Amino acid sequence: MADTKTPPDTAEDEPGRAADRPSGQSSRPTSRRRTRTRATAGSGRMAALLVSPTLLVLSIVVLYPTVMALKESLYGTKGLDPKTGFIRTSEPFVGLKNYTEVFGAAGDRFWNAFWNTTFFSVVTVGLETVIGVAMALIMHKAFRGRALVRAGILVPWAVPTAISALLWRWIFNSNGIANAVVGRQILWTTEGFHAKVAVIIAEVWKTAPFIGLLVLAGLQVIPEEVYEAARIDGASALRRFWHITLPLVKPALLVAVLFRCLDALRMFDLPYILVGAQKNSVETLSMLAQNEASNVRFGPASAYAVLLFLYVFLIALAFVRLLGADLVGGGAARGSEGRNRRLRITAPRRAEVTA
Amino acid sequence: MTITAKWRSRLLYVGVAAVVAYCLAPFYWMLVSSLRRTSDIFDTSLLPSRPSLENYRAVFDPSQGFTRALLNSLIVAGITTALALLLATFTAYAMARLEFRFKRLILTLIIATSMFPVVSIVVPLLKLFTDIGWINTYQAMIVPSMSFALPLAVWNLTTFFRQMPDELEHAAMIDGCTRGQAFRKIIIPLAAPGIFTTAIITFIAAWNEFLIALSMTNKPAMQTAPVSISKFSGATQFETPFGSQMAAGVLVTVPLVVMVLLFQRRIVAGLTAGAAK
Repeated sequence: MADTKTPPDTAEDEPGRAADRPSGQSSRPTSRRRTRTRATAGSGRMAALLVSPTLLVLSIVVLYPTVMALKESLYGTKGLDPKTGFIRTSEPFVGLKNYTEVFGAAGDRFWNAFWNTTFFSVVTVGLETVIGVAMALIMHKAFRGRALVRAGILVPWAVPTAISALLWRWIFNSNGIANAVVGRQILWTTEGFHAKVAVIIAEVWKTAPFIGLLVLAGLQVIPEEVYEAARIDGASALRRFWHITLPLVKPALLVAVLFRCLDALRMFDLPYILVGAQKNSVETLSMLAQNEASNVRFGPASAYAVLLFLYVFLIALAFVRLLGADLVGGGAARGSEGRNRRLRITAPRRAEVTA
Repeated sequence: MTITAKWRSRLLYVGVAAVVAYCLAPFYWMLVSSLRRTSDIFDTSLLPSRPSLENYRAVFDPSQGFTRALLNSLIVAGITTALALLLATFTAYAMARLEFRFKRLILTLIIATSMFPVVSIVVPLLKLFTDIGWINTYQAMIVPSMSFALPLAVWNLTTFFRQMPDELEHAAMIDGCTRGQAFRKIIIPLAAPGIFTTAIITFIAAWNEFLIALSMTNKPAMQTAPVSISKFSGATQFETPFGSQMAAGVLVTVPLVVMVLLFQRRIVAGLTAGAAK
């Protein structure tokens, strides 16, 4: 019996600590202790064995290409060699030129793509968050038909982005349903601000339900008592949402928003199919890098890919700081009880500030 | 608040209907458009005036190569999913059950990988695959796809394994099983639903992949379904064959939608469990 309750290597056990554990189960001290030590040492070896294939594959498909991209970004395009007048057989080493040119005359396309990417990310994630939270609230309240709604909400997620881009191109066709609905002739999928709008609408359609799903999961763990107490205290529905729901789903929401942000920053399929390649108004950094690479200008392409990678990394870092700060709570090092109380008081206030 | 309970529930139904309509209306439009005749493809009526399977016949016209594209998609997504699951099962088990150094760091790194911009690995790999003659091969699509499929699978499976009680395998081990045997005989069968869910989620992700498949192929015969459909050509150069694009879109999406409808509870559990951690 005791064996099942204190397994040889529970999560808390560490190899070195095995000896100085409280000797609660000292009926067979030496043998038990030895098995535990051996099992844990063995589990380290076993873990290495189990984890290494994944790490190996990820090193090959992620780490190695990243290092290659860094190296490649220091090389120029083949082109003509000014000394010999022949097309070069290898790419010349140009140092940081691919990066510095971003700030030069050739940087226009890069900065356009950069701002498009940023604009799309901010706007789509913002809209998705609002729509997603609204959807989650509705689904959370709806007792009947919840399964139906949940299944419906998964449909946009399951439609391949490439297909949804085609679908929206059809909807936004000059003779399509979108123009029939708005009653105006708008050439949605040509250059211009309306092309951006088309991309945003299509993207929000596909991913807002996903945020809704994640927020719903967050809502479902909030105990009903909290609301009852607030209701007894006379808090209105809006106040209850603002001061209870929002702060309590904030961790889940932040994770969802982080994911969506990083996903939006690498947007490719949707603008590529919906509007097209090399369209100024919708070209994202991913599209730019892919376009350069497909035209065998690997140097600049790699440089853009590296810059996008850094951008994504910085945003992720900023979010982790934000999430981390939230997890630590009030920040001041106090007793756990005091900190909890402080957290409870400050959380709604902070929500007011950030929202 | 003077809204009565009756009004509140009515309002709720309106809300539910709005959510469902929001999610399904565009998909419905694809379905309806795919059933229209070419001559009235630009109709905006909510039902096709005379439904026809014309577009579906056009999709399977040998000149579009759609059947081949479907097969390519199936091969690429299938092998990617199988490989990712195989590796992820072991890793996730270690992550959920074993205690070892750098565990958190490794898990964080694996998760971080899934947020990596795919184009950052496509550009260098495109050059490498060009050099070694891998362009237009399945492996050129499968290998880069592992970069997102594997982290996704590891993450999902780790949460599933964590939810399973420790006691079962400890009991098995006391009964004389080794850890490996306990894993094979107890954990794998019990985790089957979780593994299955992970397989669906990974497969959908791999099936929907576009950038890698686009970059690594230039022969129509090797393109996956999403790439192939996006390049469908009409009778003339200036005509986009929306009808057959919609029909093909329906064909590519319906299997996923059916899976989603059948396993929605599990898929939601998989998606949210992964994200809530």
